[in-house]
Amino acid sequence: MFNSSTAGISTRSLQDRMAIGAIALLLGTFLVLGIGFAHSATIHNAAHDTRHALTFPCH
Amino acid sequence: MIGRVLFAALLCGIAAGLLMSAVQAWKVTPLIIAAEAFEGAEPAEHSHADTAAQTETGDAHTHDHGDAWAPEDGFERTAFTVMSNVVAGVAFSMLLTGAIMVLGLKVSLGHGVMLGVAGFAAVSLAPAAGLSPELPGMPAAELLDRQVWWWGTVAATAAGIGLIALVANPLAKAAGVFVVALPHLIGAPQPEAHASAVPAYLASQFAANSLATAAVFWIVLGALLGGALARLQEKTHEA
Repeated sequence: MFNSSTAGISTRSLQDRMAIGAIALLLGTFLVLGIGFAHSATIHNAAHDTRHALTFPCH
Repeated sequence: MIGRVLFAALLCGIAAGLLMSAVQAWKVTPLIIAAEAFEGAEPAEHSHADTAAQTETGDAHTHDHGDAWAPEDGFERTAFTVMSNVVAGVAFSMLLTGAIMVLGLKVSLGHGVMLGVAGFAAVSLAPAAGLSPELPGMPAAELLDRQVWWWGTVAATAAGIGLIALVANPLAKAAGVFVVALPHLIGAPQPEAHASAVPAYLASQFAANSLATAAVFWIVLGALLGGALARLQEKTHEA
């Protein structure tokens, strides 16, 4: 069901896919670290309820 | 092309974050605020009530943020929560998009929903099975230990689901099951004592509601992303 298709996304050049994928993964990881794991007290307090609602380890 | 895919991911993340804010404001935040009343009854370790001062704590790693800036309860706090939900939405949207692109996954609304369910299992459900969703004022093990276990569990569960869903070889599927189970065999870091001033009814409601909110968020995000990327793909083919 999750298998790569012969048509569709995979017809796009492999290089293209890898470039988009790498950018997206890096950006996503960076944002998750910032919103969920930054130790700054200010960021923690601003994102507090989000951290609790998404069940990030908090406090 | 690169820009269009990332832009679609950005919009889907923002939409899912906004929707999550509504569910969260309704079902989750009232419980967090109710729990903070009990937290306030304890020695001021994490109090939001008297933190108007704009002073940064020098040593943030002690995580004693009693003096740090915090949004005022009410509109300001809600605004910051909506904003950080949107950032979280974009973050997870980018991670899903990255997985779709790197692994060359099929895209459609239905595939997106399945991917959303997988994301929920990996990022919310599996970590919660070891580290119960935690209200302010509840005891928990050392923060860094929990964060390490959280990341390990998310990575292991995602990898395991990938092995089970994407690789035909039965041995790989068996390895996937083992990888999903591994963090739970190791066990999550637990506090020395579980006693807490937070009443049990709040804690159990919070555990159920926060997981339900996360499930709504992930499924909507997956569906939006699957639908958007499928449309983008059709357009590319027409062009």
